[in-house]
Amino acid sequence: MIRFEPRSNVSSLFALALPIVAGITALALAAIPIAAAGGEVFAAYGHIFKGAFGSKFALSELLARATPLIFTGLAVSVAFRAKLWNIGAEGQLYVGALAAVAVGSGAISAPAYIMIPLIMLAGMIAGGTLMLAPTLLKTRLGADEVVTTLLLNFVVLLFVQMMLEGPMKDPMGMGWPQSEPMTSAATLPKMFPRMRIHWGLVIALVSAIVIYIMMKRSVWGFEIRATGENVSAAKHAGIPVTSTFIKVGLISGALAGLAGVSEVAGLKGYLTSDISPGFGYTGVVVAMLAGLSPVGVVIAAVFIAAVFVGADSMSRAMGVSSYIADLVVAMSLICVLISSLFVRFKIRFVQPKKTPLAAKGEA
Amino acid sequence: MEYIDILLSANFWAAAIRIATPLIFGVLGALVCERAGVLNLGIEGIFVVGAMCGWMAVWLGAGLWGGVLIAALAGAFFGLLHGILTVPLGLSQHVSGLGITMFATSVSYFTYRTALPKVSSPPRIEAFQPLDIPVLSDLPFIGPALFQQTSMTFLALAMVLLVSYVLYRTPLGLAIRAVGDNPSAVEAQGLSVFALRIGAIMAGSALMALGGAFLTMSAFDAFFFGMINGRGWICIALVVFASWRPGKALLGALLFGAFDAFQIRLQNEVGAVIPSQVFLMIPYLLSIVALVLVARKADYPRALLQPYFRGQR
Repeated sequence: MIRFEPRSNVSSLFALALPIVAGITALALAAIPIAAAGGEVFAAYGHIFKGAFGSKFALSELLARATPLIFTGLAVSVAFRAKLWNIGAEGQLYVGALAAVAVGSGAISAPAYIMIPLIMLAGMIAGGTLMLAPTLLKTRLGADEVVTTLLLNFVVLLFVQMMLEGPMKDPMGMGWPQSEPMTSAATLPKMFPRMRIHWGLVIALVSAIVIYIMMKRSVWGFEIRATGENVSAAKHAGIPVTSTFIKVGLISGALAGLAGVSEVAGLKGYLTSDISPGFGYTGVVVAMLAGLSPVGVVIAAVFIAAVFVGADSMSRAMGVSSYIADLVVAMSLICVLISSLFVRFKIRFVQPKKTPLAAKGEA
Repeated sequence: MEYIDILLSANFWAAAIRIATPLIFGVLGALVCERAGVLNLGIEGIFVVGAMCGWMAVWLGAGLWGGVLIAALAGAFFGLLHGILTVPLGLSQHVSGLGITMFATSVSYFTYRTALPKVSSPPRIEAFQPLDIPVLSDLPFIGPALFQQTSMTFLALAMVLLVSYVLYRTPLGLAIRAVGDNPSAVEAQGLSVFALRIGAIMAGSALMALGGAFLTMSAFDAFFFGMINGRGWICIALVVFASWRPGKALLGALLFGAFDAFQIRLQNEVGAVIPSQVFLMIPYLLSIVALVLVARKADYPRALLQPYFRGQR
């Protein structure tokens, strides 16, 4: 018989180690599909590692990929802390990018030190506002935010396509549905010449620190955590639950919006409707791997980015389908979900007792 | 007026029923899971698995009904995974469901790409053809609208009857509904909450997979990436709209199909003025509106989202 016993205290080292073990387990399980696709398993791992960490260029790719994931991971984890299930980071990313492009592609001309805060603010407002609607529908009308945020992703993506084929289309874009490029004042500079890593990474790291301090030190953070632990107890303790949900929604949406800003202003330079290969959804994996902690988000985002970048280069080198990266990420989520059980419970193997009386006594 | 002409054409209603068919499977599947107390957000991925497995089974020579069976089994397998994660382990149903969606989707795409690495145009199978029922198909209006559908549409309609019969007329159905409302009472009756919930999730997921299989084996004859395109999520919204009743689920799916078919035809008329994306947005917005309209009076299964541990409460 297997029994779960709740743990009274969890050492933080143990809580930190488990997601890492989960990530490694997922990579090990990936051997099965790699072998099934006819790849040499050990060589494949070598390629993944080299593709992710093997050169300055690989590291730059890795960190460029991790940047939006830090933002969306933070967005999802802040909301999940309050048990506000924001599955709409993907849509919030796109409206953030759209707002940044609307402000930063020539509509306003100002020096960079004004322009960059301005496009960040625009993206945060757009993302936050988009998350406000499902939050209000939840608190006012009881509509499940999982479904509403999810469905809004599709609406937003279509809206972005509509804008890129219509009013915001770049007339110089050779007919491609893409926005006008960001002006140079509205561009986040690259950190090193000829590499894709840009200052959005620094903004992401600063955001993680801000969120960390907010969650740990501020009244807001306390209210958010209390609401997530137990809504009715929080209400009873006099915490304004509704306004806490609204705050959390705004913060979460704003963070996801920043992901979009950083991608258009730092990486792409203009907006297309395929700017995100699901960064919003991957943010859920990042947040779960991180155990919803802001520091964990940075580590988890780098891990997931390494999987994507490494697996991409492996799939090119070995001819294994590139969906292997998505597969490893999905398996990581399931592994971390299972391992979260070990954080909350001790698992005891109990020998079934012979006599029913003794069994009763033990229970 | 043209709009009336659209609504009066048999062709329009035939399309409405065709569009509704995968949704009927999906809503029924989600409904069965939720009636047993477990939200299954794996639906989007299970649609992909059903579409891919059904198609591939036929492509490898299993025959059409063999494909249907294999799609259902594949769906049940992912349902089992979701069941184990959420029922005995009691993990977050939201996150587990999303994990299943990601896993099922990527595993399907990976398998498809691995089996067919270098094909630019997807191979096609001999899909289900519209039935030609002797007398009924020749009826005016109703014939072409209802009786020239494929067998899978009739399977979907039969499933509505089967699910409502099982849920409301059998002891098993009573137990499933009870386990979604008050699991400790079910346990007190000497029934296994675990077995009932996991069984319901597997059955529900098998139904969802059939919705996906309909797309590759009946609506189209090939599998392509991104073909599910949010249909699963719409089913999750439709379950709330249907207030967890199979009859209303059928109605909701048909309304949705009719609306979708209508907007496609409308698009041809006024497409020059209004961008096509506006029309494509409408199903999602409509789902949100439906969700909001019924959210307040929705009669949720009372134990939905709550894990049950033996001896607790």
